[in-house]
Amino acid sequence: MNELLEATGIAKAYGAVVALRNANLSVRAGEIHALVGANGAGKSTLVKILTGAVRPDRGVIRIRGEVLGTHSPAEARRIGIASVYQEPALIPDLDVQSNLQLTATPSGPFRRWLSELGLEDLDLRTVARDLPLPVLRVLDLARALALDASLLVLDEMTAALPADLTERVMDVVGRQRSDTRAVVFISHRLTEISALCDRATVLRDGETVGVVDVGEGSEEAMVGLMLGGTVAEAAREGAATPTTAARAGGTPRVAVRRLRAGTKLHDVSFELHAGEVLGVVALEGQGQDELFRVLAGAQRPAGGEIRVDGTVVRFGHPSDAIRAGLVYVPADRMEALLVQRSVRENVALPFVNTPLRWGAINMRREARLVDAAITRLRIDTRAGSEVRRLSGGNQQKVTIARWIAAGVRTLLCFDPTRGIDIGTKREIYALLRELAAAGAAVLLYTSELEEIQLACDRAVVIFGGQVVAQLPAAEADEPTLLRAAYGLLANGSAAAGSASAQATAGGQP
Amino acid sequence: MSATKPAPSPSATMVRCAQDWRRRAREQTIISLLILLVALVALLDVIRPGMVSLNWISSTLLYAAPLGILAAGQTLVMLTGGIDLSVAAVATAAGYVMASQATAQGDARAVFFGLGIAAAVGLVNGIGVGVLRVQPLIMTLGMSLVVAGFLTVYQVLAVASAAAVPGFVTAVGSGTSLGFIPNSLVLWVPIAALVIWGLRRSGYGRLLYAVGDNPTAARLAGVRVWEVLVVDYVLSGLLAGIAGIDLAGLTSTATIDLGNSFLLPSIAAVVIGGTSIFGGRGGYGGSIVGALILTVLVSLLTIIDAPEPFRQVLYGAIILGVAAAYTRVVNE
Repeated sequence: MNELLEATGIAKAYGAVVALRNANLSVRAGEIHALVGANGAGKSTLVKILTGAVRPDRGVIRIRGEVLGTHSPAEARRIGIASVYQEPALIPDLDVQSNLQLTATPSGPFRRWLSELGLEDLDLRTVARDLPLPVLRVLDLARALALDASLLVLDEMTAALPADLTERVMDVVGRQRSDTRAVVFISHRLTEISALCDRATVLRDGETVGVVDVGEGSEEAMVGLMLGGTVAEAAREGAATPTTAARAGGTPRVAVRRLRAGTKLHDVSFELHAGEVLGVVALEGQGQDELFRVLAGAQRPAGGEIRVDGTVVRFGHPSDAIRAGLVYVPADRMEALLVQRSVRENVALPFVNTPLRWGAINMRREARLVDAAITRLRIDTRAGSEVRRLSGGNQQKVTIARWIAAGVRTLLCFDPTRGIDIGTKREIYALLRELAAAGAAVLLYTSELEEIQLACDRAVVIFGGQVVAQLPAAEADEPTLLRAAYGLLANGSAAAGSASAQATAGGQP
Repeated sequence: MSATKPAPSPSATMVRCAQDWRRRAREQTIISLLILLVALVALLDVIRPGMVSLNWISSTLLYAAPLGILAAGQTLVMLTGGIDLSVAAVATAAGYVMASQATAQGDARAVFFGLGIAAAVGLVNGIGVGVLRVQPLIMTLGMSLVVAGFLTVYQVLAVASAAAVPGFVTAVGSGTSLGFIPNSLVLWVPIAALVIWGLRRSGYGRLLYAVGDNPTAARLAGVRVWEVLVVDYVLSGLLAGIAGIDLAGLTSTATIDLGNSFLLPSIAAVVIGGTSIFGGRGGYGGSIVGALILTVLVSLLTIIDAPEPFRQVLYGAIILGVAAAYTRVVNE
């Protein structure tokens, strides 16, 4: 076979935490090869080893049969490996142009790829910090493509992308197939893998447990390998089935009326009741970020009204929202975590958030509450003395556990399942359902449309800063939601809104 | 240490292994600092046999106390990712104002004045950093100049009343009890106990780490970060004031450059002790050992009878060496 890349017996440990035990990856020229596995299976570590950012403890990497000697990003680039990491790689304080110069990216090809990816209008003098996450991801991709490498490694490339951009990216990546090239594609979205990839290597607990030819029934096979025999069944059954929430009229927990904020949120009204999970669906940049930040007290609204249990509230600081029972899990874990501190300190942070609680900590009570939350969310605390050593999924659980331990009434979750594996996702859906069943109200923004029917009772769709549709979960299948999210769903009052929204939505097709 | 229970799936031995390893690494830094301290003391004894005695230990502790107390405030500030460059000026101001007011106002009120000024400067620093969001480095550097300037003016105006350090301050700062126990431990030990306990077991201590690690996360968890910072700089000011008064007691005189040479050692003690200058990691235990190491180092350099520039080079090189070694241990 025509092997472009062959990595065998790769192992890597960080202290006592073993990231990779025995990983093998063999990629043929001309294929798009998926790398899948649960969180903490070692995908990201393997990618960093391939791209020279991390030195393996053991193992051999061959490129076209030749053993790769030194490990450095420069060496990897020289022999033709280009990569897009999970986190944006541009330097935030430089503009795009300077970032390109810094990495010696050829600007002609970069521009060409950028327009292929639908961002031809981007001003390269924009400072990276001011660009939204999905744009940064696409820039990273264009940069990697411009290097004209023979092996392209894409780590969770599509995780933060809205549906329209995902489509373009998949299209461009799909066209990378040629006799001399290959792509390693990492994603948690199995549908993407089925649509795009030729073969898939499955990692579990730092080991390669199988290579699957993508085709009929391969999704089941991958999930089975990823979770390991017995767990697979449980996870499949564990998929939450929305219960019809006890919505016996009454005062809504949170009522939002004609809310405006920033430049993107124009006029949003909805009600969130105790006992329900309400999904929010929107393409990138339709005002959903502002909506959540306003409800969390992190940003001041420009107009409109928020009522909590019937009383009008004004939040000047997140502590005001927390006092009113509204707690927020932000999209970016790094916004919520103390990465150098322990799981325990992270979870217990809200316990000490007012000067009244600055005194002695009741360590036993704290340990009890924290342990209960850790057990409930099944957080793996092996590397718990510093949160930065946890896997992404476990970090995400810590951000939620904080509010579970503090006792949650209204939970605002912004894309909590971004870039985490199927098993953990299902645990999170189940947890949200449980919280709602116990009387909490949950507002869930998700970039993965299938989650609406898996976890929610109802969905509101926002387009151009306005609500364009409200649907019960039963009607909220992916095609309907997608049409609504593009502002294409003609439904009464929403029609007028979407017409004006079209103008404000900017670059959206 | 995290008292979290392991998840049911991974084997218990793995968990214990990982926790053991982390704990050992953390203990090792303080143990290796202690080894360095003992080595320096041993070296001293080799160069000048018979020098290390109970008396020597006692006087070393007396000399280390002001630095150790200054380093306490500096630790509290550096844990939040800040820095307090005004500690030396504040210590000087507190010691000098106390001494110059003692005759006119009485001893107790004079001490109170000194501490009051220290706390006031800390409050201004805290408001600047916490509320007006001035860079800590600039804010405290500016305040240190302001304080030094005021002190010069004050010296000219108050020249009539001679600076006299009250007797009990001298007794605390330079006296010993039972022959060798330094009296200044009366100040230093409770302060150390309170700071170490507070950082581990109080809500405020947790917040210092939280703010230093990630202010955005602290804010989203409902913490008003400015409150934490204002109190932090007031504490640093107060501790600098206490150190200044202790220092006046140690030297029995108060001049307007009383504490000036302590600024960089107060930072060095904290950094050697393993507190990250970026905040979020460290503690006071290390700073104490750092202060002791620096004090022993000075007396070592004094007795080896080398020219001053050479001593300075050695002093700087040793601090750099310790800091570099520490970084290695922490980053595996």
